[in-house]
Amino acid sequence: MAVLVIGDVRGGALDGATLKSVTAAKAIDADVDILIAGEGVDAAAASASDIVGVRKVLRVDDGVYDNNLAEPLADLIVALAGDYAAIVKSATSVGKNVLPRVAALLDVMQVSEVTEILAADTFVRPTYAGNAMQTVKSNDRVKVITVRVSSFDAAQLGGSAPTEAIDARGNPELSCFVGEELTNSERPELTGAKIVISGGRSLGSSENFMELIFPLADKLGAAVGASRAAVDAGYVPNDYQVGQTGKVVAPELYIAVGISGAIQHLAGMKDSKVIVAINSDEEAPIFHVADYGLVADLFEALPELNDALC
Amino acid sequence: MRARKGFGDKQASSEKGDIMKILVPVKRVIDYNVKVRVRSDETGVDLANVKMSMNPFDEIATEEAIRLKEVGIATEVVVVSIGPEKAQDQIRQSLAMGADRGLLIKTDEMVEPLAVAKLLKAVVEEEKPDLVILGKQAIDDDSNQTGQMLAALLGWGQGTFASKLEKDGDALKVTREIDGGLQTIALKLPAIVTTDLRLNEPRYATLPNIMKAKKKPLEIKAVDAYGVDIAPRLEILKVTEPPTRQAGVKVDTVADLIGKLKNEVGVL
Repeated sequence: MAVLVIGDVRGGALDGATLKSVTAAKAIDADVDILIAGEGVDAAAASASDIVGVRKVLRVDDGVYDNNLAEPLADLIVALAGDYAAIVKSATSVGKNVLPRVAALLDVMQVSEVTEILAADTFVRPTYAGNAMQTVKSNDRVKVITVRVSSFDAAQLGGSAPTEAIDARGNPELSCFVGEELTNSERPELTGAKIVISGGRSLGSSENFMELIFPLADKLGAAVGASRAAVDAGYVPNDYQVGQTGKVVAPELYIAVGISGAIQHLAGMKDSKVIVAINSDEEAPIFHVADYGLVADLFEALPELNDALC
Repeated sequence: MRARKGFGDKQASSEKGDIMKILVPVKRVIDYNVKVRVRSDETGVDLANVKMSMNPFDEIATEEAIRLKEVGIATEVVVVSIGPEKAQDQIRQSLAMGADRGLLIKTDEMVEPLAVAKLLKAVVEEEKPDLVILGKQAIDDDSNQTGQMLAALLGWGQGTFASKLEKDGDALKVTREIDGGLQTIALKLPAIVTTDLRLNEPRYATLPNIMKAKKKPLEIKAVDAYGVDIAPRLEILKVTEPPTRQAGVKVDTVADLIGKLKNEVGVL
């Protein structure tokens, strides 16, 4: 039986996380459909049909799904679930919010933040902040899983799956959207970026973050992250946090500046391909996971790094 | 724009509108400072002689409920835990922080989030709270499911990953931490809220309050009393250490670093 991937729509466009979900879904079954829901989602649906290996795109054009409210979206997914062996969604804030609701309505135990798919019913997932990896077999009829996007490669583009328009399922009106405050950024999204540069508490202030980290990020085309300590100190907003309780990233290159490397933080970045650490404390645990470590004062090293890159 | 209209507009605050009963589920977990060790037989993590504490997100949930009581929005805060005899310690901690009474649903089995949600649904049907505040996830299994599942089973609205709560007429305004920023939604009550880290900073229980908490009511019931099937749906095949990363090399200068990144790994 086929797998239903719940597409990630952001501002009317398809988010790259969906490409990762498709790769995960293909490990369960060759037939993969994608659900795209929201008002005016033609562009997102077109991007979804462009993904190689997709059987069909299910498009629901209705504003009730615009803000990803859990209750109407869960009802829609549950209505479609009967035709599928598995429901897969990226473990984004939307996936984490909506999918357990779907699972409970289907009387299924969800498998959260899957990092590896061993068989159609067997999954690996992190527990204890990534300190113990659990291999679980689901005996439920439908598998409901969220996947950690940093653990899967993006599916290729160049396909041409047909799109089928389907009906909305109405709104149970248990919640309504009031507003949102998004951090405006020209920079890539943290979880999808190829390069991430993160700052820690040693930056000392939000001004230093602005002056030292951001220009370097712009030169590298990198996303900016932070340790929990830097976020708690108010240097950058909450959604910059990399770590077990923040974002989990696995870019090609992760540059940790002035970050000691608490377990909490390591859980969020240790799967990066190449890790660079710049820290004045040569005993800092971050050096235990770094491929390249530079023991230096960040206030000297960062300007130098900035000047050296053109 | 139709969705923007708040529920509070529909009718004036009802008689019950301003007083709520709150249920707070709490879980006993390995203390967050403990370095977790995977058992060599790969059946799980070592729980012997390990310090146990209340799940940190549940402390935040307890704190928020108590604050709502202190400002007169809530009348009663009931704490429930599903777990072993010893989980009474965590319930007592909530009581010492200011909750009114406790309930322990006793079991030595590992209970999955779906079964926890089913048990909590039964508790909600008995206690009839207007609001259930849960931690967004437990730091042992990191599932992040129970609150959403409970909302589904009750047919209630859900405000997950909350960083701010405000009573607004008959509705509850919840500011949520989402990827890329914050989202605010209004929930029709009764409802489910799950807490994120920055909702509040939980208080420490003072010694007099710890003493007082010993006299607060704490009822213990057997899990069987609820007629809920708690048999696990997931079979844990094994638990292993995560792959470890080798430490690399130290470089002496920024120029060295750039050279390595360009020539050895080609990432710049």
